[in-house]
Amino acid sequence: MNEGFTPTTDAVSKLIQELNKLPGIGPKSAQRLAYYLLRTPEEQTKLLAETILSVKQKVTLCSVCFNVTESNPCAICGSDRRDRGKICIVEQPQDILALEHTKIYNGLYHVLHGAISPTEGVGTGDIKIDELMKRLQDGSINEVILATNTNLEGEQTAMYLNKLISPLGIRVTHLARGLPFGTELEYADDVTLTRALEGRQEF
Amino acid sequence: MPKPRSYQTEAIIIKKTKLGEADRILTFYTPHLGKIQAVAKGVRRPRSKMAGHLELLTHSLVSLARGRNLDTVTGCQTINSFLLLKSDLRLASYGLYATELVNQFTADHIENYPLFQLLLETMHRLCQSSNNELTLRYFELQLLNEVGYRPQLQQCVSCHLPLEPTTNSFSPSAGGVLCPNCSQSQPLAYPLSVNGLKVLRLLQSSDYSTAEKLKMNPELAGELEGLMRNYLKYLLEREIKSAAWLDSLKEQTKETALLQE
Repeated sequence: MNEGFTPTTDAVSKLIQELNKLPGIGPKSAQRLAYYLLRTPEEQTKLLAETILSVKQKVTLCSVCFNVTESNPCAICGSDRRDRGKICIVEQPQDILALEHTKIYNGLYHVLHGAISPTEGVGTGDIKIDELMKRLQDGSINEVILATNTNLEGEQTAMYLNKLISPLGIRVTHLARGLPFGTELEYADDVTLTRALEGRQEF
Repeated sequence: MPKPRSYQTEAIIIKKTKLGEADRILTFYTPHLGKIQAVAKGVRRPRSKMAGHLELLTHSLVSLARGRNLDTVTGCQTINSFLLLKSDLRLASYGLYATELVNQFTADHIENYPLFQLLLETMHRLCQSSNNELTLRYFELQLLNEVGYRPQLQQCVSCHLPLEPTTNSFSPSAGGVLCPNCSQSQPLAYPLSVNGLKVLRLLQSSDYSTAEKLKMNPELAGELEGLMRNYLKYLLEREIKSAAWLDSLKEQTKETALLQE
């Protein structure tokens, strides 16, 4: 009956295909998004297309801290209001967003773009460790704060960095380990509770 | 009788992969269900009640609900968190190496209780023993026993004659030791010293309390590590990812030791 008949035009199916490549978007979601875009006014889709393009064209990695940025060096590395003696090491650019949101930290950052993961084959050469060590050479840094994730890979990375950095005479600290705000004690795991007890503080 | 919709099992977490926004696919090694995979929902959120119990190198009691494709983790409780193992860079790497081997050498849903015991005991031993190299070699040989790749160390694999106390060869492709005569026709064989063969035989067939008493000099340890690595690589037909990391770690320790001298 429907011989040779394709239910959608080529342009639409191409759009569905492309949307399908995005993380977390399955075939049905891709279809829904594609048909939504078809219905929206042209200005709006144009804006979306241009924004996507400009992200790719304008945004690069900061040559100092490897955060994503439009200017090089990035706003944090270039600012004269930040404490230039501290570097906070994070795994990914999103972590900076989370830390900056607290408005408490006033130092610089360094993004590793990953964590050491022996079973995934991610070694020291695959993340920005050499670049970090170069930054530490000029002697202006007096504290390195390790803010890698608290899972096994993050902890391994932190232990490895500590081994590299502490011989240089730079103070190495890591974020406190303990109970997240808003949780119930009875569900906490042994590692977290052990660390929380070890790191308990005067009231 | 239909299978129950939910079940509970002990498990060692041997692998994890990210899934979607906040989920993970975990690979468990269990005593009676073999290797299984399951989805843990929301464990990448900071307030997850399960995340800490489902970290790599953890021995946990997990509850699972059967799903169409993958089962889902509904609850878990740590039995042993192996904190000592996790808070030491080298030990954690050894532990990961062991779990990677178990993951690579096993297929899903095949029960192998001795192998589970071996992995669990190896993790304990790594925490306690000072001779980690020996613990790992023992683990490797026992693992090969369990998964059906036990190398032939008693007689020449080619001519079946008993081995003379001289430098023989180990051939990964033949799966055992070759006498000097037979090794000439086998280009891909590694020399194996008399002491090396003795140690391998002991590790292969005795229990850990005997094997533990063994002392290896660095040279012998290096020979056996290389030999086992080559054999494992040959069997898996791929690189062992965490082994490369162990090597680079060892290289670094050597460098710092030199600097301190």
